[in-house]
Amino acid sequence: MKLLVKGGRLIDPAAGRDGAFDVLIEDGRVAKVGRDLPANDAAIFEVPRGALVVPGLIDMHVHLREPGQEHKETIATGTASAVAGGFTAVACMPNTDPINDHAGITQFILKKAAEAGLARVYPIGAVSLGSRGEQLAELGEQRTAGCVAFSDDGRPVATALLMRRALEYAGMLKAVIIDHCEDPSLKGDGVAHEGYRAAALGLRGIPGAAESLMVERDISLAELTGARVHVAHMSARQSLRAVRAGKARGVQVTCEVAPHHFTLTDDALAEPVQYDTNVKMNPPLREAADRDAMLEGLADGSIDAIATDHAPHHADEKMVEFDRAPFGIVGLETAVPIVFDRLIHTGRITLTRMIELLSVNPARILGIPGGTLTEGQLGDVTILAPDMATTISAGALRSRSKNTPYDGWQFRGGVAATIVGGRVVYQHPQ
Amino acid sequence: MSTHTADRTPDTAPAVDAPAVRLRSRHLLGIEGLTPAEITLILDTSEAMKEVGKRAIKKVPALRGRTVVNLFFEPSTRTRTSFEIAEKRLSADTLSIATATSSVTKGESLLDTVRNLEAMSPDMIVMRHASSGAPHLLARTCHSAIINAGDGMHEHPTQALLDAFTIREHKGRLAGLKIAIVGDLLHSRVLRSNLILLKTMGADLWVCGPATLFPPAIEQFEVHATTSVDEAVEGADVVMMLRIQNERMHGHFIPSVREYFALFGMTPARLRRASPEVILMHPGPMNRGVEIDSEVADGPYSVILEQVSNGVAVRMAVLYLLAGREADLSEVS
Amino acid sequence: MPQVMDADRMSRALTRIAHEILERNRGLDDVALVGVRTRGVPIARRLAKLLREINGDHVPTGSLDITLYRDDLMRNAVGPQPVVRRTEIPFSIDGRRILLVDDVLYTGRTTRAALDALIDFGRPKAIQLVVMVDRGHRELPIKADYVGKNVPTSARQSVQVRLEEIDGADEILIEGEA
Repeated sequence: MKLLVKGGRLIDPAAGRDGAFDVLIEDGRVAKVGRDLPANDAAIFEVPRGALVVPGLIDMHVHLREPGQEHKETIATGTASAVAGGFTAVACMPNTDPINDHAGITQFILKKAAEAGLARVYPIGAVSLGSRGEQLAELGEQRTAGCVAFSDDGRPVATALLMRRALEYAGMLKAVIIDHCEDPSLKGDGVAHEGYRAAALGLRGIPGAAESLMVERDISLAELTGARVHVAHMSARQSLRAVRAGKARGVQVTCEVAPHHFTLTDDALAEPVQYDTNVKMNPPLREAADRDAMLEGLADGSIDAIATDHAPHHADEKMVEFDRAPFGIVGLETAVPIVFDRLIHTGRITLTRMIELLSVNPARILGIPGGTLTEGQLGDVTILAPDMATTISAGALRSRSKNTPYDGWQFRGGVAATIVGGRVVYQHPQ
Repeated sequence: MSTHTADRTPDTAPAVDAPAVRLRSRHLLGIEGLTPAEITLILDTSEAMKEVGKRAIKKVPALRGRTVVNLFFEPSTRTRTSFEIAEKRLSADTLSIATATSSVTKGESLLDTVRNLEAMSPDMIVMRHASSGAPHLLARTCHSAIINAGDGMHEHPTQALLDAFTIREHKGRLAGLKIAIVGDLLHSRVLRSNLILLKTMGADLWVCGPATLFPPAIEQFEVHATTSVDEAVEGADVVMMLRIQNERMHGHFIPSVREYFALFGMTPARLRRASPEVILMHPGPMNRGVEIDSEVADGPYSVILEQVSNGVAVRMAVLYLLAGREADLSEVS
Repeated sequence: MPQVMDADRMSRALTRIAHEILERNRGLDDVALVGVRTRGVPIARRLAKLLREINGDHVPTGSLDITLYRDDLMRNAVGPQPVVRRTEIPFSIDGRRILLVDDVLYTGRTTRAALDALIDFGRPKAIQLVVMVDRGHRELPIKADYVGKNVPTSARQSVQVRLEEIDGADEILIEGEA
């Protein structure tokens, strides 16, 4: 199987390339990158005028819900959503039902992903059995089975001692621990950011300190153990401050931010619709100062990756009182338009930085192939259309669930096509 | 919060907007969004309704043939009874559903519960629910006109209206009065509704409670906030005490009810700091010896029982004004 | 707008009605006046004053708001929702002869509502109707016992009774095409 990706501007920061280069992919891997490559017997993919050719985007934080919650999403629908969003690979969190704390579940996930044949799926295994925070899961077996990192996402790693041991053990396996940073006692039964909006609407609040407190714990433990820790879905400015300080001291801490945390604030609780459960997620949408801090961090390099925390929920589950609705929104198909519209076209970040945030760094943090299109690398390519007018339509999302706050929003920028292992798995119908 | 600020001529019918002859919304989800003119309309209508309660035959046919459903997901004797009496005095057919015995215990969702009810065409639904925003969800997704009888920690609009009615009866106005509200500010929907209403009508509002029970970002609510009861009550024209629940000891909000009473309870000595014509209010039910001393609750300044009887009149006014809107809507369609 | 009655003639009509009331009821023993809000109220008060001047007796006077008894209230999309005002009847109506006083008698529906309201207050011995103007077009079998003036009108017209207490001057006007 040969595919020649012809025309278009190739931007590959890791390889130091930015210009008119063609990419030839053979048997799923990059065979050659050069100017005006001959097609010979390869199939040709003509890159649309004005489109960008970049290493396949990687979303390092998604919830695919299978096994156990297939009414929300399956690996098939989730990976279809991923490639429609321009992602050639996703890393999926273990809070399925049953929790992925056992090699058998990891193998099941990989099998389902192979059957779907769309985006690559890299499972993240649970740190503790059942993510209950009591006993370490068999991280070694899980690593062998295919897990690339470990997390108890949905919850923080329960105790400092467990986190310390997990960091040491996973470090030995050369895998990173990804923590959902949150102090449970400060979070309590909060459902929204603790601030004026929640207070006026009578909603129990979750202060930014609930997150930053745990971030600081994890940074201290990473420092103690010399291991790598990654902060999941960071939202509070205090957390970013702690991460910056940790990095300055030489601690191996990395962090990710989801698009909703650098575009929306807790004003969305009250406008345009009050108590819209499509703006309920954990960590919650915070104040303008937090959102602005995230934008700064994306620009100045303190934030390593953009990850969507794609969290599908069935409409019935969200169409309830705010208190009772589950946390989370989908994000795979809205990320690229948002990044173009709010970060590139506003001049906050460069295209190079965008690729670092969405491809180079996720690959590096997870220790998976990707992030560059040099010879021998995976033939995963994303074709981006930076000026494509995109209108988000919840009903048209390929995800099984439609819980997005961006329904009807218009963005400038989108995905023209997605190529995984030399196969065109998604093409924009235009 | 309301866009109408406090600086207007001290009068219950400000010259800035014309007197309202109808409410703009078909629901009463909260005080938020009501103009001073609409609030005045409700209070004025309540006066006429209060007179009906003084007759031998306490009934007028205004809502004859209308069906009102009282859907109470939280237990309540006082508010539910008050609404029932109000509905009956207007000759409406009334139905109360206390959800302990209903389909909700079988796991039926709120929307399904209400949609099933609506299939039987009630004219209005009066709802109390433990989740903030529950009536807003219904107003968005269902057909009926909704009256909020209390949603979580958010609002309790008819309580604030009857409080304002009581104050106006005694003081002749709301603007310019020093009003102190003391208690569990964080969890109180009565506070939030009163805060919006009294600020909209130009009162000088002071709120007081332990620091652990202040709503977050209290400074953005534009009221005087203090942890000193003496400061709040000094010279006050109205003192309103809020209930503090025993459960607040869990969650570490207060160490004990004993200490709460010592620091924040309303005693005769504390009340003496208020204006000599002060009125003492409480939305009920009271925890005697916790937030309020019996001597004060039963004393000469207390208007607590008047609040209860005014509640029926105010709820009659709200039902009447909203039912009139519903009739118009059905005519137009 | 054509004036049907001026202040002078209105005053004389009320005086005449006062005498008629006395004659028909053979005195004022158990008589009471109830004015229908809004303009029936000042008319009732004036009648009370006239009756006291003629006869010497004080006639109890009350005011009745019939908004909550109207049959068109929950049906009519025309115009703004009427404001409910106070009813004040500070005496018992049981066993009394009630003189119900209103400014204009037209379809009779207001009077029907007033009768419903009064019956809720007690059991009067009799109810008699006093109106300043009867403009015809009855829709119910209602008749006035005392009439200031009969003014034939078409359905397109309206009759305005203006009173000094409310409008600043006394006069009766017709508005609209015949």
